[in-house]
Amino acid sequence: MVKVLIPSGALGLGYDRAALAAGIAEGPDIIAIDGGSTDSGPHYLGTGTSKYSRNSTKAEWRELMAARAEAGVPLLIGTAGTCGADTAVDWLVDITREIAAETGETLKVAILKSGQPAARIAHALGAGRVTPLPPVPEISPEILESCTNIVALAGAEHIQGALETGADIVIAGRTTDTAIISALPLARGCNPGGAWHGAKIGECGALSTTSPNSGTILIEFDTEGFTITPMGAEARATPHTVSAHMLYENSDPYILFEPGGHLDVTDAVYTALDDRRVRVTGSRWVPSGRYTVKLEGARKVGYQTVSLALVRDRRYVENIRQWCDDILAKASAKARERAGDGFEIELRLIGVDATLGALDTAAQSGTEVGVLGIVTAQTEAMAREVAKILNPYLLHHPLTEQEEMPTFAFPFSPPEMNRGVVYEFCLNHVLEIDDPWDAFTLETVEIRA
Amino acid sequence: MSRLGDIVPKVRSKNAGPFWLTIDIFCGTSEVFGRVSNGLQTEAVLRVLQADAGLLKRFDIASLNVVKFSVPRPQVQGTRADRDMHGASFAALVAEMEI
Repeated sequence: MVKVLIPSGALGLGYDRAALAAGIAEGPDIIAIDGGSTDSGPHYLGTGTSKYSRNSTKAEWRELMAARAEAGVPLLIGTAGTCGADTAVDWLVDITREIAAETGETLKVAILKSGQPAARIAHALGAGRVTPLPPVPEISPEILESCTNIVALAGAEHIQGALETGADIVIAGRTTDTAIISALPLARGCNPGGAWHGAKIGECGALSTTSPNSGTILIEFDTEGFTITPMGAEARATPHTVSAHMLYENSDPYILFEPGGHLDVTDAVYTALDDRRVRVTGSRWVPSGRYTVKLEGARKVGYQTVSLALVRDRRYVENIRQWCDDILAKASAKARERAGDGFEIELRLIGVDATLGALDTAAQSGTEVGVLGIVTAQTEAMAREVAKILNPYLLHHPLTEQEEMPTFAFPFSPPEMNRGVVYEFCLNHVLEIDDPWDAFTLETVEIRA
Repeated sequence: MSRLGDIVPKVRSKNAGPFWLTIDIFCGTSEVFGRVSNGLQTEAVLRVLQADAGLLKRFDIASLNVVKFSVPRPQVQGTRADRDMHGASFAALVAEMEI
């Protein structure tokens, strides 16, 4: 039996302290937490930075480090710093050093890195070892070279390697969400289908229970399957909450691909042990003949500057599309004439269809409309220049030539806001490797107070 | 005819990675599940999302009273043309469908 304590769905998201304390009292074998995902968008992988505040991350990591010291078991984080790029791993290692210096701890820390040099992936692409997944984005050595960060998702083998060092703390770069939870149960001979299935159920903390905000859950793995017990006083896991979690952010609720195989939960049986614990058996792990790891990459596609204008005049609200089409034509022509080519202007109508665009065929407007001007260009200076050419139109453009010059509302001065570099995800591929360690590095450091 | 959102407790849409959108229709009871499972045409959902039929996945899960659709995201998450980073708003389009 292996007990994995999962404090919450992600470091920085918060958890119920009493639930964490209850979990520590259960005597877990390991404390495992996720540090990120792609869900917040390409900026974080593009820049190699975290979406959560450093102070929040440090406050929660300090508490988890204290919980680790109390329990005397390893503390493990995967996908450190939201994106799991090497710089995000270094960021969390720095935070760990600061905390250790403040608390006077001496710690052995294993650091697993998942960053991929573009040349390695380009070489693998040429060798036919990079396989696209549907839907297939275009890929080329040039696109790979333009990525600011490429990461591969580490699997259970990598986490096991990190744990075998005897580290007190494992800080891992990009991993699958599940590998950080399944690794120890798999290493200790628990049922592999149960290990991966329990890991999937547990990766969002208490999201698979009736009280998602309580955060902490305990999963006990054994040779047949797993049992989930929420640690929040009010939280309950039911066969429904647990099985429904397979729907969450999963395109297929029965199959989950991992390095080295896939999980199939088609025949899983969910049984209520009492009114708050659920036991799951019958999940199957299907090994693959190939060892593949998923790749993620983000690249710079330009710079953006945005402007916001608010339109409250009834006649303008009623004719807002015509007004915007006219501005778009005139501002684009003027910007091309004065600043040159190489930019795009888009106007989104907040209060009409800014959220869904052309898909929103039933869109209606209210008493006011926010007009969000988005300028994308190849340089920061160009994006700002074009926004400055757009702004006078957003402020004063008349619907007809035969009327007094109108003025609309700018909430800020200046109205344009520089968004900096724009990144996009550009890989939906897997990399085949002969040995799991071909694309990952592991080092251990001793942190002394 | 009713709006789907008026007869089911919840319609949820989420990213399933940057390239996929997944929509879960929680029907609540087996009776409503039967109505949605039989009455909601896949083609109509594809039309509302302007999605590609070739890659669509549909799951009618009686044990959960859930009908689930997964489609390639209308725009890849976070690209310049994407308007909803977390993909949660697409649920409204499905909830507003007539059944």
